[in-house]
Amino acid sequence: MADTMHAGDGQTRRDFIYLAGAAMGGVGAAAALWPFIHSLNPAADTLALATIEVDLAPIQPGQAIKAMWRGKPVFIRNRTQEEIDTARAVPTAELIDPQPDQARVKEGKDNWLVLVGVCTHLGCIPLGTSSGESKGDFGGWFCPCHGSHYDTSGRIRKGPAPLNLPVPEYAFLTDTRVKIG
Amino acid sequence: MRRLRTLLAAGAMTIAGLTSTALAAGNAPVPPAQTWAHGGVNSFLSFFKGYDYASVQRGFQVYKEVCSSCHAMHLLSYRNLLDVGFTEAEVKAIAAAQEITAGPNDQGEMFTRPGLPADRFKSPFPNAQAAAAANGGKAPPDLSLIVKARAHHEDYIYALLTGYTDAPEGFELSPGSNYNKYFPGNAIAMAQPIYENGVTYTDGTPATIEQQAKDVTNFMAWAAEPKLEERRRVGIMVILFLVFFAGIMYAAKRRLWSEVH
Amino acid sequence: MAHAPQSNFENPVVNWIDQRLPIFTMMNKEYGSFPTPRNFNYFWNFGALAMFVLVTMIVSGIFLAMHYTNNTAMAFDSVERIMRDVNWGWMIRYIHANGASMFFIVVYIHIFRGIYYGSYKAPRELIWIFGVIILLLMMGTAFMGYVLPWGQMSFWGATVITNLFSAIPVVGESIVTLLWGGFSVDNPTLNRFFALHYLLPFVLLAVVVLHVAALHIAGSNNPLGIEPKGPQDTLPFHPYYTTKDIFGLTIFLIFFASFVFFAPNMLGHPDNYIPADPLVTPAHIVPEWYFLPFYAILRSITFSIGLPFTDVVLIDAKLGGVLAMFGSIAILFVLPWLDNSPVRSARFRPIFRWWVLLCLVPSFFMLGYAGGKPAEQPYVLIGQLGTVMYFAFFLLLPIIGRIEKPLPLPASIANPVLGGNAATAK
Repeated sequence: MADTMHAGDGQTRRDFIYLAGAAMGGVGAAAALWPFIHSLNPAADTLALATIEVDLAPIQPGQAIKAMWRGKPVFIRNRTQEEIDTARAVPTAELIDPQPDQARVKEGKDNWLVLVGVCTHLGCIPLGTSSGESKGDFGGWFCPCHGSHYDTSGRIRKGPAPLNLPVPEYAFLTDTRVKIG
Repeated sequence: MRRLRTLLAAGAMTIAGLTSTALAAGNAPVPPAQTWAHGGVNSFLSFFKGYDYASVQRGFQVYKEVCSSCHAMHLLSYRNLLDVGFTEAEVKAIAAAQEITAGPNDQGEMFTRPGLPADRFKSPFPNAQAAAAANGGKAPPDLSLIVKARAHHEDYIYALLTGYTDAPEGFELSPGSNYNKYFPGNAIAMAQPIYENGVTYTDGTPATIEQQAKDVTNFMAWAAEPKLEERRRVGIMVILFLVFFAGIMYAAKRRLWSEVH
Repeated sequence: MAHAPQSNFENPVVNWIDQRLPIFTMMNKEYGSFPTPRNFNYFWNFGALAMFVLVTMIVSGIFLAMHYTNNTAMAFDSVERIMRDVNWGWMIRYIHANGASMFFIVVYIHIFRGIYYGSYKAPRELIWIFGVIILLLMMGTAFMGYVLPWGQMSFWGATVITNLFSAIPVVGESIVTLLWGGFSVDNPTLNRFFALHYLLPFVLLAVVVLHVAALHIAGSNNPLGIEPKGPQDTLPFHPYYTTKDIFGLTIFLIFFASFVFFAPNMLGHPDNYIPADPLVTPAHIVPEWYFLPFYAILRSITFSIGLPFTDVVLIDAKLGGVLAMFGSIAILFVLPWLDNSPVRSARFRPIFRWWVLLCLVPSFFMLGYAGGKPAEQPYVLIGQLGTVMYFAFFLLLPIIGRIEKPLPLPASIANPVLGGNAATAK
């Protein structure tokens, strides 16, 4: 009688010990895995370069420049009044990715258009920033890879790309200096 | 069997001791051991110790005002100073005070701009040759890792900085070198860098030679091993976990094997 | 056609796979029900520990390789970027750097176990030979890995060790140029060392598979050195030895973690925190501690060997040192044939037991001590004495086997009737 009781107790305790051992091994392995996974995320020096400042003074109306930001080109365009008007004349409802031009620029700085210059289709760099390049059918940008056309607000108007060129987070530090990121 | 185990344990310890004994420094005396708030970058029994950040900040001031005219610390960035308690505005100001060469611009020309927190510490010389040429043929060593790159670590750096004396009678000191008690060979090219009140500490600490030497050594220790505190913190958790895990596995093993014996 | 599917697993997916490729049956046979001698002591943990360290080294190494830059101008700074900027990079690097030392500690104890208990004897000679190949691959991999951070010791260690090959008569210089890919240790050397440092661990892993496969044919040796005579002498590997191995692993991990988190640079050399400088040689070039015994053997040959009574030099000191060093590993290959005693375990070999403990083991520590000291007296003498003892251990084994009277062996592992005192010592 006493013997069976004893055996029963032993059984539970052993099960508990094995379970605890297995659980700790599992937790330990998972915890050890995290540092290795996290090491693949952006390192501190990469994160430190996640913001850039750009001087806008040399950009004449009608001109655009490319700046490097987080390893990607940023298009900064000093738009003419005509280009702004064209962009704003389009009824929003007709657009593939409906968005008014006003929502894509800073208020009072309507001539400055800042865009991440990566085609929303498959990641090519659209033409149209440097003078002499094709600006596409809508006077903005044209992606040569699969023929996406963007307008003077960087919105997708024709071709396979699903979305407008994204506007990065940016702020004007002064009238001629902008901080991106 | 027991004898074997003792032998093995002794062996493992001998192996661990081998490398440290292999580092007997030339003819200079062993630097006296100092007390460090963090216990030393290579100290084993300093599980809960961390850097004295007030001292590290003062040490940065000494580095900036004294050492940085000859010694680079190219592995550090200004942003790293955030980790020792400088504010973001202070770090921006420290960085912006430096003219950093950047470029090329769209015209293909290099230009200078104020430093950013993301920039590495500006080196005093454009390259190793320029550094050597300006310093009598030998470039001053980069200080980023100096505390880990010398035997006796902090103690040696402190002893060196405070070890300038007049050369003893009969010691031939070649021109351009200085006598230092703790430098291997005793003739060091670097002139005594630290003097009484050589800097004026912003926090009002009296700037004795010993104080400055201690502060700048603390700063260089932090620079050499910036992850020291994180390392020890994680280590304590890992060891605690493992000890507990080992206890459970020992119980499981005992339990299981009790039927066999 | 030849095999009727015999899988009988509860999980239908496992069963389906097993009927087509019986990996689960194999795993169960080799690591589940595998009959293992019941009398292992903790020395038998070290094989599993070595396997664990190898996997740790490969995993941490792959993650380091993702951040490392393989160029003389950038290698040092890229390692420091890992230490400072990469998330958890400091820990991964310290695991890898100290892991190399752990690997050698574990493997040296594993080798000692093999020698003390005669695990190299028939029918396990091939297991032993694969083991020596693993040791050689480890040494090559560790040496090349130490070069990658491109510190002063990396550079000068690489220079000194590659220069060993210049001792080979006639073609030596050409071989060294070939190894370097230039006229000194430089960028081409670093590039090929990195490529090989990445490759060799996988070769090593393949040899480990052979090592273990051969082990599972003969079965494990045990502290008594007698073969299991039936089921009463063995236990299934799982759960008995899996549990014991995991317990041993936790103890080992405490030791390992103590180095990684509290003394990560203790086994390293300060000079390797100075970037490589081809114009300045460090005062004392010392290899990593695990090479010190072999380094001491290299430096012990301070004399030329010539024809007696003439001036003819057959082997100069440089070549002699190189030959002695490689010979110290090569002699391990023939150990199963040098030792001609029919008894395996040193427990039943009164002379051999003390021969291992008082000749081989001290010689290894003496050599390790001398190897870390500058090449001057009395260290050279200690190294030479160690070298003589090391080789004497192996070369006198045939004589010991002949004159030694072994103690009577127990009848079986489970029932040690004869020589009872030895069997009860656990």
